[in-house]
Amino acid sequence: MTFLGMPARAPRGVGHLRGDQPFPVAAREALANSQLRRNLQHATTTIRGKSGRVIAELPDWQELRAAGSALKAYTMAHLPELLEQLEENVTAAGGVVHWAADANEANRIVTDLVRQTGERRVIKVKSMATQEIGLNEALEAAGITPVETDLAELIVQLGDDKPSHILVPAIHRNRSEIREIFLNAMPGVDPGLTDEPPELAGAARKYLRETFLHTRVAISGANFAIADTGTLAVVESEGNGRMCLTLPDTLITVMGIEKLVPTWPDLEVFLQLLPRASTGERMNPYTSMWRGVTPGDGPQSFHLVLLDNGRSAVLADEVGRQALHCIRCSACLNVCPVYERTGGHAYGSVYPGPIGAVLSPQLTGVADNPTLPFASSLCGACFDACPVKIDIPSILVHLRNQAPHPRSEAAAMAAAAYMMDRPKLYARAQRAAKFARIAGRKGRGLPPPLNGWSASRDLPDPPEQTFRDWWRSR
Amino acid sequence: MRIALFATCLADTMFPAAAKATVLLLERLGHEVVFPPEQTCCGQMHINTGYQKDALALVRRHVRTFEPYDVVVAPSGSCVGSVRHQHAMVAAGDRGLAARATSVASRTYELSELLIDVLGVEDVGAYFPHRVTYHPTCHSLRVLRVGDKPLRLLRHVRGLDLVELPAAEQCCGFGGTFSVKNADTSTAMLADKMRHVLDTGADVCTAGDASCLMHIGGGLSRLRTGVRTVHLAEILASTEASS
Repeated sequence: MTFLGMPARAPRGVGHLRGDQPFPVAAREALANSQLRRNLQHATTTIRGKSGRVIAELPDWQELRAAGSALKAYTMAHLPELLEQLEENVTAAGGVVHWAADANEANRIVTDLVRQTGERRVIKVKSMATQEIGLNEALEAAGITPVETDLAELIVQLGDDKPSHILVPAIHRNRSEIREIFLNAMPGVDPGLTDEPPELAGAARKYLRETFLHTRVAISGANFAIADTGTLAVVESEGNGRMCLTLPDTLITVMGIEKLVPTWPDLEVFLQLLPRASTGERMNPYTSMWRGVTPGDGPQSFHLVLLDNGRSAVLADEVGRQALHCIRCSACLNVCPVYERTGGHAYGSVYPGPIGAVLSPQLTGVADNPTLPFASSLCGACFDACPVKIDIPSILVHLRNQAPHPRSEAAAMAAAAYMMDRPKLYARAQRAAKFARIAGRKGRGLPPPLNGWSASRDLPDPPEQTFRDWWRSR
Repeated sequence: MRIALFATCLADTMFPAAAKATVLLLERLGHEVVFPPEQTCCGQMHINTGYQKDALALVRRHVRTFEPYDVVVAPSGSCVGSVRHQHAMVAAGDRGLAARATSVASRTYELSELLIDVLGVEDVGAYFPHRVTYHPTCHSLRVLRVGDKPLRLLRHVRGLDLVELPAAEQCCGFGGTFSVKNADTSTAMLADKMRHVLDTGADVCTAGDASCLMHIGGGLSRLRTGVRTVHLAEILASTEASS
């Protein structure tokens, strides 16, 4: 907490919520990569089609969305009590609960817990929270080697790359690029590896199986935590997550505090929404759920790290708090015309796409991510696709109102509003536009900041007569 | 019926043909159209660019201008979307104004909504002998939910050969100041939209928003494609006599 009592934002200098460049600059670089655009267009079109087909099978999809939205709204309204209930139930089941105010504290807690086991290597279940806080970097700094076991996260890790999609972090890579990465960086890889998908998966499987069998500590995130039972849930498609969750002696789970659902029956709603919205599957392939510690079965030591890292600040914003309802399905990324063309890296955060454009600036404070709320044409496809009905366009507009504005733009906007609030002045300005022609023929070669428009589009010729002049002359 | 026209600042200034067509069409259908001259802009550009404080005066002006009328029409899904979904929010600090804004919004219609939902007409007696493709603009589609209303109107236009636009529901990349702030991304979106328009072989691309048409038309003009952009109101206002 700060001295004013406002909840703290995610701290600078740690984790992956801030980009090195403003979105328009990073996007321009990404757009120039035609291979990336082809990979993305192919992948997002495929997922969109698959998801659309299985959603159309459900007659009660809209009711499910409404239920998911209502459950999340209830959870956020009762978050403090529900978190304490979760802590009580996890503790009663033999787990240990830790509270982390931010990325630094969470990294310190996890690093200390691993150190206490004496192990120097950990296996990881795919997790957005640990990407968000830069846990791998923190572990490496402490001499501990993290091994990502989700196939796509492994591709990203071996390629010394960053994830570009919430669900499909290596969506920007095609199979020949993946082959190159494996040949360069995968220990013990067969040098004759081809780029056939079954061969690539086989190589990863061989490497990961050995690692699963010889690593005693695992780190995971969580998709859901059920307050009234203390149950944690991870949903995944490969089974590698379940290996991590069941084989090692110690399991450490890092979870954002918004991942709660109040009761066990509530999970049913989300387990219908998530697979159809995310991968376009009717049912999630591997759903692992556990409570604390079970003697003689699975990890004998379980730690749950509850992460704030700016979430309380998001919760304090009446409009923006909806972003905490996100179940990380990525449906908004897959339908976003901006994401489809720029890819995820342009957003500079582990949370890309429409949800990232509203979540990242709120976790860091808008001043640290001032261009993200503008990285959208407000087309609304994300709102329609969201399985928990997050009104992303409204949050974007809300955050734009908080964002710092360029001084010249603010002056122009104020002048425009002044003029538009005075119809006579407005009518004079309209007529002046006809004679101005300073823009040259068809508005080619407009001055900055309008030159981006004139680079690829003509402006219409100003009409002979404005509508209001015509009306008056009738 | 007496209908107040909200021309929108863009149509008033740059695309008067769309606003004129709205007037002529409604008069042809036997209605009285009035144009309250105190109107200027709904404030959407300010609101969507993060200047709600500046927009407040424009919202207040809009509400004051249109509250005497029972029915208001605009040839723009986007501006009606702003009136309906943003004005009360911008006015939230002034409860009286917010309530008045909500009331005006409840009587404000996009053209295809007015024709089908209020006036109950699908065949407006238009004639437009061209091959036409329809781009359902994002705010008509996803903010107002006009659905297939514009298409139903177009299907009744005599002489009109309506061809389906592939990937029609994808944004053209305009997004107001988005096309300036993120010009490269906007251009990439526009390129795909233009490719789809050209694939249809249509001579005319139509839509219910002058802004999206300015964007698509600006690109088509730069590429010298010969495909024209024409507002839905202009097609519906066309008759054998006028064409």
